[in-house]
Amino acid sequence: MDFEDTKQEAEYRANARAFLNKNAKPRTGKGMLYRAAHATEDVLGEARDWQKKKHAAGFAGITWPKEWGGQGLSAINQVIYDQEEAQFSVPRGIYEIGLGMCIPTVCTWGTQAHRDRYAVTALEGKEVWCQLFSEPAGGSDLAALRTSAVRDGDDWVINGQKIWTSGAHYCQYGVIVTRSDFDAPKHKGLTYFFLDMSSPGVEIRGIKQISGASHFNEVFFNNVRIPDSQRLGKVGDGWKVSLTTLMNERFTIGGRAGVDVDEFLELARGIELEDGPALKNPTVRDKIADWYVASRGLKYSHFRTMTALSRGDTPGPESSIGKLVTGPKLQNMSAMALDVLEQGGVITDPEVAPMAALFHQTLMTSPSSRIAGGSDEIMRNIIAERVLGLPADVRVDKDVPFNKVPTGKGGT
Amino acid sequence: MNFDFSDDLKLLKDEARKFLEDKSQPAVVRRVLEGPDGYDKGLWAEMATMGWTGASIPEELGGVGMGALGLCVLAEEIGRSLAPVPFASTMYFAAEALMAGGSDAQKKAWLPKIAKGACIGTFALAEGPGKATPKRVRTTFRNGVLNGEKLPVPDGSAANIAIVVAQTDRGIGLVLADLSHAGVRRDHVETLDESRKQARLTFANVPGELLGAAGDGERLLATIEQRAAILMAFEQVGGAQRCLEMARDYALERYAFGRPIGSFQAIKHKLADVYVATELARSNAYYGAWALSKNAPQLALAAATARVAANEAFWLAAKENIQVHGGMGFTWAFDCHLYYRRAKVLAVANGSTRLWKERLVTELESANAPG
Ligand SMILES: Cc1cc2nc3c(=O)[nH]c(=O)nc-3n(C[C@H](O)[C@H](O)[C@H](O)COP(=O)(O)OP(=O)(O)OC[C@H]3O[C@@H](n4cnc5c(N)ncnc54)[C@H](O)[C@@H]3O)c2cc1C
Repeated sequence: MDFEDTKQEAEYRANARAFLNKNAKPRTGKGMLYRAAHATEDVLGEARDWQKKKHAAGFAGITWPKEWGGQGLSAINQVIYDQEEAQFSVPRGIYEIGLGMCIPTVCTWGTQAHRDRYAVTALEGKEVWCQLFSEPAGGSDLAALRTSAVRDGDDWVINGQKIWTSGAHYCQYGVIVTRSDFDAPKHKGLTYFFLDMSSPGVEIRGIKQISGASHFNEVFFNNVRIPDSQRLGKVGDGWKVSLTTLMNERFTIGGRAGVDVDEFLELARGIELEDGPALKNPTVRDKIADWYVASRGLKYSHFRTMTALSRGDTPGPESSIGKLVTGPKLQNMSAMALDVLEQGGVITDPEVAPMAALFHQTLMTSPSSRIAGGSDEIMRNIIAERVLGLPADVRVDKDVPFNKVPTGKGGT
Repeated sequence: MNFDFSDDLKLLKDEARKFLEDKSQPAVVRRVLEGPDGYDKGLWAEMATMGWTGASIPEELGGVGMGALGLCVLAEEIGRSLAPVPFASTMYFAAEALMAGGSDAQKKAWLPKIAKGACIGTFALAEGPGKATPKRVRTTFRNGVLNGEKLPVPDGSAANIAIVVAQTDRGIGLVLADLSHAGVRRDHVETLDESRKQARLTFANVPGELLGAAGDGERLLATIEQRAAILMAFEQVGGAQRCLEMARDYALERYAFGRPIGSFQAIKHKLADVYVATELARSNAYYGAWALSKNAPQLALAAATARVAANEAFWLAAKENIQVHGGMGFTWAFDCHLYYRRAKVLAVANGSTRLWKERLVTELESANAPG
């Protein structure tokens, strides 16, 4: 039992570290969270430059096969790179969806011509991709989507609406799953495409989030034409293709997920309560211990996963515990942080609030960690069904033509 | 990165599981729970024959020399099967104390006997309800003899030797005592989990020997508690895992409202939470095992983390296992309560969650764990 890298792993780590040392700033205590949520032109520009450098140095598409323009290395190399990168302040959150989910789907289901045209351009950061899956009628229940695709000559005509599309406002391309048959049962009538986001009839409207930022969008489709050559998979096989996208959900085991115990300790050291520094208060200490145990438990679980990866195993549904533990922890920790600030906890002015209002930001962004990419409840279902082998939920929409499935009012 | 047990140790674990599934069935646990015996003598003897009581003891002292990691994998299986034997008292406490603080002569006198299964050991700290802090310990060790009362002492009636925490002229000391001495009185004391019995030990001028140098007691005590916390965490993880499996199996079998109860989300999500807690506890225990095997500077923090996670996971798993079983879970006939009892006993056996959380944060204040 040890944490040592193999010789090759150590070499890879040293190379990654050298690249980062030369090209990025180390992450320091304050201002450590890169604000990708406010995707201004500045941030986008920096992100583009950074992705270009990564690609040039061979740290983009680490696990992608060579035919896609990747490095053809194993998951353990990706983890090592992520671990190293996590110690630096670099732009994040712009390429994850495209490179992590969209392009792998295009490459898996598309032709070699598709790969040649799209994969490397995306890897270099020249084109950004978004994921047009969720709709007002279907988020957790993705297959309830209603955006329609109707064949017309060599094209398909798309009508309908997507929602919560991260980054649609700065993306050049998107992957989209649509309904091509409303009479088939809901998982059977879907068809999958990719499209140019500047196609006529695509309208993007930002949605203001509870944090005040506008990171995601509504995307409307009004007679948008997509050539049949941009269909991925067979007509009616869209669900199968979607699963490729969802399974490629970026495997971020080396990365950092926002504030953690270190930041809380920094805060608690500097705040005075009725009985002395917050760090000396028994209630506060009790919580710190809980978070530390959760955070370390996850970290060491990642070490176990890495061990399995370096033996060539593929990660299973077990890795869903990360999201389930981290989301609530971020939320509870930021709530407690404001509690120890007492009445001053209301102040969000970064000049006044401790640590440039880091915990205030987390309070307002953390609800999304419990929803995006599979809600806490869906993650628990996944663990219960795929890890523990419990039965799937009873479903009333199975084997029923889609247009006979009951619908409600919420969201639609 | 190789954050896993070696293939040899995994093999040992498989063998241990098979052996215990056969020899430590719930009926065996119940026989001790419901009867007068302090432990299952046959099972203990067989474990010794297989070398388990020598797992962590070096070969030159009659052991098998597998180190702490060997003990960890055995502990997990023992926890899973609830084996009614004085393994924890002997191996996590007495043997660890001797190895950590004993002189060569003390080690030579007792470790080979422990390895052979010819000596049961225990650790006597508590003196009734409340925390026996170094200041509050009243048992004394002066002029070479022990006087006082220890309560409860796990496996106190069965043990041949005890490591007794007592006041000396230089703070507390860890005193090795041969319990066959006439000045030792042992009375069984009723506890929550009679499948591992405990006792009140009274010492009247019982000769003893100090472990380590005078004045070294507090440091030694901390070390032993830390090492035992990690080993015990493996028992707890084993117990939690078994509870999760019992609950899962029952949830698949039992029908209500025309469907398996395991298809209700209230049950699915509850078990998903138990799974998460158990996985986190397992991973923290693994890190503890690493710290133990390397005697790493992170030991104190690793022990506190493993202990808190394991206490909470086993308790959650044990109580929710009863819940999933409904009325059946509340019957003496079902095995749920065996785990429920063991979970709570282990949770207070070596410092409560509250205590270890405090220790954890104290460690964090002084240094952040590297890595
Ligand atoms: C920040 C952010 C970024 C996002 N980015 C994208 C993106 O780029 N592209 C994209 O396509 N989507 C994106 N999404 C959408 C996201 O995938 C959905 O919000 C998510 O899947 C939940 O769907 P919903 O919002 O429709 O909620 P609903 O599905 O309506 O859920 C509402 C509540 O019901 C619960 N629920 C639903 N089904 C079940 C069930 N079977 N059992 C128990 N409880 C259930 C949920 O857990 C939740 O608590 C993003 C979301 C967020 C918050």
